[in-house]
Amino acid sequence: MSEPRLHVPEVPARPGEEPDFSYVRISPAGAVPRPPIGVAVRETVPLAEDLIRVLDDNGTAIGPWDPKLPPDTLRAGLREMLLTRVFDDRMQRTQRQGRISFYVRSWGEEAVSVAAAHALRPGDMLFPSYRNQGLFIGRGTPVLDLMCQLLSNTHDMCKGRQLPVMYHDAPRRLFSISGNLATQYPQAVGWAMAAAIKGEDHIAAAWVGEGSTAEADFHHAMLFAKVYRAPVVLNVVNNQWAISTFQGFAGGEQRSFAARGPGLGLAGLRIDGNDFLAVYAATAWAAERARAGYGATLIEHVTYRAGAHSTSDDPSRYRPKDEFPAWPLGDPVERLKKHLSGLGEWDDARHTALLAELETEVAAAWKQAMSYGTNNDGARLDPALMFEDVFKVLPPHLEAQRAELEAELAAARDAGAAT
Amino acid sequence: MAIKTYREALSDALAQEMRRDPTVIILGEDVVGGLGGTAGEDEAAGGTFGVTAGFAAEFGRRRVIDTPITESAIVGAANGAALTGLRPVAEVMFMDFMGVCLDQMLNQMAKFRYMFGGKCDVPVVIRTLMGAGFGAGPQHSQNLYAMLTAIPGLKVALPSSPADAKGLLATAIRDNDPVIFCEHKLLYGETGEVPDGEYLVPFGKANITRSGTDVTLVAFSRMVLLANKVADKLAREGISVEVIDPRTTSPLDRDAILASVGKTGRLVVLDESDPYCGMASEITALAATEAFSSLKAAPAKITPPHTPVPSTPHLEQLWLPSLERIENTIRATVGKRAA
Repeated sequence: MSEPRLHVPEVPARPGEEPDFSYVRISPAGAVPRPPIGVAVRETVPLAEDLIRVLDDNGTAIGPWDPKLPPDTLRAGLREMLLTRVFDDRMQRTQRQGRISFYVRSWGEEAVSVAAAHALRPGDMLFPSYRNQGLFIGRGTPVLDLMCQLLSNTHDMCKGRQLPVMYHDAPRRLFSISGNLATQYPQAVGWAMAAAIKGEDHIAAAWVGEGSTAEADFHHAMLFAKVYRAPVVLNVVNNQWAISTFQGFAGGEQRSFAARGPGLGLAGLRIDGNDFLAVYAATAWAAERARAGYGATLIEHVTYRAGAHSTSDDPSRYRPKDEFPAWPLGDPVERLKKHLSGLGEWDDARHTALLAELETEVAAAWKQAMSYGTNNDGARLDPALMFEDVFKVLPPHLEAQRAELEAELAAARDAGAAT
Repeated sequence: MAIKTYREALSDALAQEMRRDPTVIILGEDVVGGLGGTAGEDEAAGGTFGVTAGFAAEFGRRRVIDTPITESAIVGAANGAALTGLRPVAEVMFMDFMGVCLDQMLNQMAKFRYMFGGKCDVPVVIRTLMGAGFGAGPQHSQNLYAMLTAIPGLKVALPSSPADAKGLLATAIRDNDPVIFCEHKLLYGETGEVPDGEYLVPFGKANITRSGTDVTLVAFSRMVLLANKVADKLAREGISVEVIDPRTTSPLDRDAILASVGKTGRLVVLDESDPYCGMASEITALAATEAFSSLKAAPAKITPPHTPVPSTPHLEQLWLPSLERIENTIRATVGKRAA
């Protein structure tokens, strides 16, 4: 037998080694052309391999993709990214204290969600993944609502039924997050097809991590989107890591994830996911293209998961500890701050004041959320809730099971009272 | 013998079989666990729960294969590799995710041998985590073994102790039919005596974990621990409970169950799975059809309600069968009230 020749992707750097991001192909800011929205899919092939960037290293916005946003919009974006980060840090600490069972931070990826929330219209339907809390915050979901879901308390939108971080917000058009990955892709395409069938002007947008692009749903959904020219924006958040598995295992070697768009007949854009302006501009371009009937776009957001996968994960076991400072696309919050400061629209004093304000806001919301009950104490969800919403109308067998549980609980209370 | 955790016992069985047979390979998400440490693979996490920690170092990365996140391709590739004579142990991180790859199990691995006229072996093992009690909600807590047991061609193992975890997994790997190996996530930290060296537990042989004469209590997976506790408590009051852990639901040791029911005349089935069309239904039906004349009381089922698993710990604990409920059901079945 000859030597085994199964190729196994290699990580660029292991724990204890110097971070190595030489594999990340980066175009200079402003260098990638911006075609008209009706451009043929095959013309987007270079856009799916290059890297669309607006902010340069000095924080200056340059090139054809500059969305030329008013300072108020930029400040709102900065505020929401910072709020996302403050909220994340607080919830991470809360999990460490045992108040919530599980948490997923979006540290380093805030621009991907917040900028998209600004670029899309309120009527557009969003299908997030589990690291897109910035979409909720960008659309105005109060952090109090998110906290109550994390606590599974009496104000939990999911009525105590879903894993922490699996939020939804129907009035703000944010679909529920799924534990099984990439399932929201075909759902978003179906939603978009329905909008087209009904003659509505809304589009849909969905997000998956680069790891989840391996799921069959990702491919099936793109095919449907292409065939029916569904008005949908499909996003891949390439944060380099799927738990401990490097993006090479998701197929990131040699070809970009965005290139799968043109491969399946969709426009493809590879963008700097830590550049608020680039995310905004690319999302707006794709949304306009979808709304005008030219079909779907696959956007790859190149970013870096600065924290652990979740509170159940320890990344120091599989990657160098100090990778984030070495990440060539920087920190999205710092980059937008630098840009606004360069415009004379922001400064360190205002930034410090904003940070303090957000910390107070988050602390107050947390206090209020705790008053609605926690896993350990306070008000509790009614056990009868367990039986509701399995079906629209409670069937007799569940009614009987509910009565059985209530009788058991009553007996236990009586026994407790007797002793 | 050594005291080991369920998790260590699983590692033992995998390592034992991989050393013994070079055709055994492992594939799944994060099974290498990244390449921790400049020392190489030694310090890698080895899966979400560390079962395969150190495996990449010992067996190489062509036998311990990190995969993209795609259950369909993990199981499909395992099927393909098995047909060439390898013995893949594929991992589906949570049993709930079998929804994604069901066709590869239902219509492919289960039926290859039959459809191909008996010309192939299908030595695949799918290791998977199941069970409630982690606050993980509707999509990460289900016990779907009854659904899989119903599929002709699949074998289904449910180890409840560290020793069975080792012995059943080794047997699963040597089996020439596809085996779904269901590990309860709340059992991972449980400890028990595990035989050293090569150790195999045959499929289709129930384990009688408590001998008794008044009532037969059949329990699966983690529920065996609760059954033993209740049996021990009731024994002190003079109620003699025989606890049977079938260990595999396909094949099912019907003889052991019928022999016990023939002796006790009473049957209670304790199952953390859905109440309808499940193992509790199957086993009570078995007693009703095959041991009717022995029965002194109606067989009873103890299962969760017919709802998804709620996430919040307070509701999840109410969803799970409780010690009190098991005890009360047994008392009602034997017709003795609490002392």
